[in-house]
Amino acid sequence: MSRRTIATLAALGAALCLAGPARAQDRAAQGTAPAATSAPASAPTAAGTSNSAANSAANSAADSALDERTAAVARTLRCPVCQGESIQASPSELAQQMRTLVKDRLRAGESPDQVRAYFVSKYGEWILLEPSMTGLNKLLYAFPVLLVIGGLAFVAMLVRRWTGTAASPPPSPPAP
Amino acid sequence: MNWKRAFVAVVAALPLLWLFKFGFTRNPADIPSPLPGRPAPAFALPVFATGEGPLARTVGDTLRLREFSGKVLVVNFWASWCIPCREEHEALTTSARDYIGRPVQFVGVLYNDRPADALRWIAGLGGQSYPALLDPGARMAIDYGVYGVPETFIIDPAGRITYKHTGAITRAVLHTWIDSLVSDKATRAPASRGSGR
Repeated sequence: MSRRTIATLAALGAALCLAGPARAQDRAAQGTAPAATSAPASAPTAAGTSNSAANSAANSAADSALDERTAAVARTLRCPVCQGESIQASPSELAQQMRTLVKDRLRAGESPDQVRAYFVSKYGEWILLEPSMTGLNKLLYAFPVLLVIGGLAFVAMLVRRWTGTAASPPPSPPAP
Repeated sequence: MNWKRAFVAVVAALPLLWLFKFGFTRNPADIPSPLPGRPAPAFALPVFATGEGPLARTVGDTLRLREFSGKVLVVNFWASWCIPCREEHEALTTSARDYIGRPVQFVGVLYNDRPADALRWIAGLGGQSYPALLDPGARMAIDYGVYGVPETFIIDPAGRITYKHTGAITRAVLHTWIDSLVSDKATRAPASRGSGR
């Protein structure tokens, strides 16, 4: 009985620990998706320069690639006039203007990180929806992990105590 | 035993209470700006509202940041749909008049608004003494990290942003900052100009 309880808890803990990284991988996959699609989109631009039809097709492909890169950056920037929304999600005028600015800067050859750095230089770290993993911010990321480890340790301690008292002779029976 | 427990509980609660005190006394709408102390971003925008008397500029003229080097520059982002802008209009327009003949320039920048509405707004409030600029696409506003109107920036004669004011500004605030920078300038040595205040 007590062994089973411990095994169940251990399984639960393992599941929790695995869930975290799995979600992180999901996110990483999402993050790289736009980059992956932009590579094939830029290929036709190089190939089809002689044919104007192919050229315009390539242009629109390049445009949609730029749109996707813009959206990827816009998703990471906080809309200043909204509550916890990215400038990609917000229909507000300022968010639209910021998206246009992101697009113009990417088109001008800036990297996504350079575009983000521009916005940080104007609005501070606040503009990033996810705090960068540097300096004190690392604490922010470490805290939930520490909390889970601490909680598991606490539960394990409790379980050990409960099972311990169950194994030892029961305390004095309640006096009637 | 019970006292010991109570003591532990209190000690454990203290940091949490401190955190609450920190969190609940802050205005989440206040975004700390990294700009004060940094050089003001350059701009070159067309005048759409002339201003009055000695401060007037021609409609369509392009005003540039560098034109105002050596002067204290007050940049006010506003819009006709913004209620606090109405409140601060008097303070700005009279302060601009107060400093006629001194090395001080006031400039309005229209933020996400139609120029016709803005001109009607100015006329409705009895005019504006200093010129106002159009900022298509809010490029200048974003360059200045504006997230709402009104916001007012005070730029020192060396072209550095000294102060950013969020919300309606008052004459007292304007005068305090401008006076500190103008008197700086009266006794200026090129090296000391960058210090800001």
